[in-house]
Amino acid sequence: MSETHGPAGTFIIAQSGGAAEAPVPGTGTHSGVEIGVPPAEAHGAGFPPFDATTFPSQLIWLAIAFVGLYLLMSRIALPRIANILEERHDRIADDIEEAGKLKAESEAAAKAYEQALVGARGKATSIATSTRDKLAAEADASRKALEAELATKLASAEATIAATKTSAMANVRGIAVDAAGAIVNQLTGDAPAPQAVEAAVDKAIGS
Amino acid sequence: MAVEIDPIHQFQIFNIVDLGAPGGVHLGFTNSAAFMFGIVAVIFFFLTYATRGRTLVPGRLQSLAELSYEFVASTVRTTAGNEGMKFFPLVFSLFMFVLVANFVGMIPYSFTVTSHIVVTAALALVVIGTVIIYGFVRHGTHFLHLFVPSGVPAFLLPFMVVIELISFLSRPISLSLRLFANMLAGHIAMKVFAGFIVMMTAGGFAGFLGAVLPLAMVVALTALEFLVAFLQAYVFAVLTCIYLNDALHPGH
Repeated sequence: MSETHGPAGTFIIAQSGGAAEAPVPGTGTHSGVEIGVPPAEAHGAGFPPFDATTFPSQLIWLAIAFVGLYLLMSRIALPRIANILEERHDRIADDIEEAGKLKAESEAAAKAYEQALVGARGKATSIATSTRDKLAAEADASRKALEAELATKLASAEATIAATKTSAMANVRGIAVDAAGAIVNQLTGDAPAPQAVEAAVDKAIGS
Repeated sequence: MAVEIDPIHQFQIFNIVDLGAPGGVHLGFTNSAAFMFGIVAVIFFFLTYATRGRTLVPGRLQSLAELSYEFVASTVRTTAGNEGMKFFPLVFSLFMFVLVANFVGMIPYSFTVTSHIVVTAALALVVIGTVIIYGFVRHGTHFLHLFVPSGVPAFLLPFMVVIELISFLSRPISLSLRLFANMLAGHIAMKVFAGFIVMMTAGGFAGFLGAVLPLAMVVALTALEFLVAFLQAYVFAVLTCIYLNDALHPGH
């Protein structure tokens, strides 16, 4: 018992030693400051870390404390932190997966839009082509109809012209016969026989 | 007044509750034990409080908790592979215990649990014990291939086995000494330089001015010690992973 009491006891000895030194006259300014290891008896077995009398107590309490620490860590504290980290890890993995899914979806949507755009463009082109063709055909048809109409009108006009020309030519013969009869009557003084005039005019026209 | 500056005093272990000597071994609930339980409580309450919201987008504390988890997890994965993740709670507990113990030790007037060789040795033995037990349970005698490098000429083999054996046995020693020595030396250095300040200021005005130098040193050492506190915890965790990797995949 005296060994373990040693350190606590020496503390008092060392202090009382210092206190006893103080009243000595003349040493006030220079103070009894001491550096270094005090006399051996001041620390019982000497250097405390090598004082074997304290070893059993230290070992027993270290064993209890460390086993307690190990149990607290392995049973409570570490699973708790591991849980938090795992939760976060899972959450991040989930979020990344979700983001990947959304990205794939948006890419698919973009692709579909692109396809729709291509289809629409194709359709627009085909509509434009067909419309143009239709319009061209219509224009063609109406032009042909107009041409046909014009052709018939031209034909009828030509027929009218021909008829008019024929009748005019007939009139010309009558006028020529009358004129020839009148000319002959003026020059000779007697009226020629109409048959003779007609024959002469016909002869002139026919030649 | 006399000032007692004793850089070793901070490593003192005293009983808070004396439990007597059952079975002839003297036991007591010491300041060291109180700090051990304090460290466990700090780790546990920090991790549970930080993750109380279980929010999808973490806040500051929650990201710190997640960061510590992922930091250790990636260390285990890169050094011991996915198979090593079965040791993740052990490595995480070791890392957090050492880290928080180192940082708690940086608080003035507190106690540094990892500055005691018996604590670091016990932690190192937990690691090596796990490696040996798991190695034999998992691989049986094949685990001994760890000491027999392949592709070595027969006449060299005995030497190689001895060398491998020594290197294996030195692992717990180096693992525990590295942490212990770093914490001990750092805290003693800080205390000694802090002691210079007190000593020089006691020497009048000139000493007061001169005390700026050790003060600057203490500031620098404090920054360094924070780095060391993290680095040693990380080194401890990484070496644990490397040794566990040997248990998982013996043979070179």
